[in-house]
Amino acid sequence: MPVTRFPTRAESVADRMVGFMAHLRLNGINVGVKESETSLQALASIDAVDPDETRLALKAICATDADRFGRFDELFKAYWFARDRQRLRQQQQKSKEKPHDKNRWSNRSLLEQSIQASSAGALDSPDESDGRDGEDNEAEQNGDGKLIASTVFNVNKADLREFMKPDDLAHAERVALQLARAIRDRRSRRRRAAKKGAQLDLRRIARKSVPTGGEPLHLLKRRRPDRPVHLVALLDVSGSMTVYARVFLSFLKGLIGADQRTDAFLFHTQLVHISDALRDGDTFRAVNRLSMMAQGFGGGTKIGTNLALFNRQYASQMVNGRTVVIILSDGYDTDPPEKISNELARLKKRGCKIVWLNPLKGWKDYEPVAKGMAAALPHLDVFAPANTLADLAALEPHLAKI
Amino acid sequence: MSWTDLKSELSDQGYVASDALAMALYLSITLGRPLLLEGAAGVGKTQIAKTLAEIRQTELIRLQCYEGLDAASAIYEWNYQRQLLSIRAAGELSSREEIEDKIFSETYLLRRPLLEAIQQTESPVLLIDEIDRADEEFEAYLLEILSDFQISIPELGTIKAVTRPLVVLTANGTRDLSDALRRRCIYSYVEYPDRHTELSILNKRQPNLNAHLADQIVGFVQALRKEELEKKPGIAETLDWAAALSGLGINDLSDDPATLQASLVCLLKTQSDQSSVPTEVAQRLVGKAA
Repeated sequence: MPVTRFPTRAESVADRMVGFMAHLRLNGINVGVKESETSLQALASIDAVDPDETRLALKAICATDADRFGRFDELFKAYWFARDRQRLRQQQQKSKEKPHDKNRWSNRSLLEQSIQASSAGALDSPDESDGRDGEDNEAEQNGDGKLIASTVFNVNKADLREFMKPDDLAHAERVALQLARAIRDRRSRRRRAAKKGAQLDLRRIARKSVPTGGEPLHLLKRRRPDRPVHLVALLDVSGSMTVYARVFLSFLKGLIGADQRTDAFLFHTQLVHISDALRDGDTFRAVNRLSMMAQGFGGGTKIGTNLALFNRQYASQMVNGRTVVIILSDGYDTDPPEKISNELARLKKRGCKIVWLNPLKGWKDYEPVAKGMAAALPHLDVFAPANTLADLAALEPHLAKI
Repeated sequence: MSWTDLKSELSDQGYVASDALAMALYLSITLGRPLLLEGAAGVGKTQIAKTLAEIRQTELIRLQCYEGLDAASAIYEWNYQRQLLSIRAAGELSSREEIEDKIFSETYLLRRPLLEAIQQTESPVLLIDEIDRADEEFEAYLLEILSDFQISIPELGTIKAVTRPLVVLTANGTRDLSDALRRRCIYSYVEYPDRHTELSILNKRQPNLNAHLADQIVGFVQALRKEELEKKPGIAETLDWAAALSGLGINDLSDDPATLQASLVCLLKTQSDQSSVPTEVAQRLVGKAA
């Protein structure tokens, strides 16, 4: 936790308060002049000498959501009582290397930790990369799985796992972003009150009937406009999916974009919420960082366990009748298949639509024989291939329809 | 009045508030800013607005938000049926201007909660419940009202607030609220009460309950919240359950496992939660509560 020190000549309460606000900003609580002003006003109406009282007051003003509300006490202590200043200052040095945008701190630092942990893990197991190469080779041996063969190289139709060259990747990212934008625009497009509708638009009828002496000649109708859906994406980044992870991450990144109504998770053996990390303005940094996470983990998959975790922790807040849950996974699971089936059923009860995108489905002669996949099938609204960009593009009508 | 006074006043009215909540409420009153409360269902977010109205002896105006809430049901609406009738009745006799003046006067205006709240002579408590259920468009409109306290009606002109209502907004995380709204508000996150607080709430609300049973009830509910449930029981559920138990004439939870099990319907509100707390689990929790 970075600590801002008092300015060398902090003379007034106002000075110190400004310092405290800077400290909060540095720690991801986006406060501004308005909060400083309100805080000073508030101090005037309470006993400002009592630290507890001041803490409660500043907390009510500056901590504006549940997460910040929970962290505030620590931050307050760190600034006004400067515990462990030495250690904290070191961390501050580290943190200065990264630009901070408004409220992403907590997630960022969590990510950093994970990345450090994962890179450490990579050092411990030097043969990991060999393992991955082997996998690639294996995949290529079986890989008559391209959907469409063509003499002309067409990036849109190449299997996504071939996108390993930086140029191709950049292209894929661009295309994925465009596609995602198209989907988002599609689902948020609003319609005006139509000719046909369930209700009479009395306001307009009354208006229109004034010139006709109160005779309501034109019956105008109105209808609720279509509402945007809330997307929740769950991306499998286990070993078998590593080759696709990067492109899918760009895809998620595009989906999330500037839209506050989208959430994304990674899962392998655990579940990680990555929406905030993906909203990072710098695509490459975000995707690289997350890809690193994905590679570091890349072990077994526990789809069932992760779905259970999702149901328990996040579903009540994120999933309702207007939600589309997108699962990107190949369905190879180390959990018993009943678990996936049970958890999907539970998720389904919230009224959402479930879309499962499976990169293997695009391969020739693919049958969903993986037990997990077979168990999941009855609960899915859409089960679609996702191994080419064209497949992802083809999703658009599905999302528009449901 | 200081914030501790406010806290004890709330407590006199039967609302036991945490320090953080009392402070937030106090600041929102002194600084004249809306109060935004978040927290799980059943922790007393709505109740505090009601209690506040009682303390200040003012009216409580409540706007329940829902998906698709629009200006017509939140702010104002013209009484179209009356307008149409009136246009017909006027017929050829009066000029167009006269008719328009008549039908767009305050007599034909239906006041909805927001308009009503700013037109009270005595500052009321305006409770905007479950703001996260309304859509973003409404939230944006609300921002405007909360900062200016005035409403523009094209046909009538701008209506300015007579008094500023005390605004309490509640949310329980159906969707994320915008930062702009959050920053205009004083914020407090309301948690499930700890054992001590919950016991004093129960004592306040049901003073006739015997002390041993009250202690057991609170212990049981606290333990139950630690179980894996789809819907954790809130304070309202605790109070219901306590009333049910005393109605059933139970003096000790460990007396009658069958009745206890049957009475759990007051606490567990989904089928899967009920099946996840069979008699053995309930008895184990009773053991913990003792």
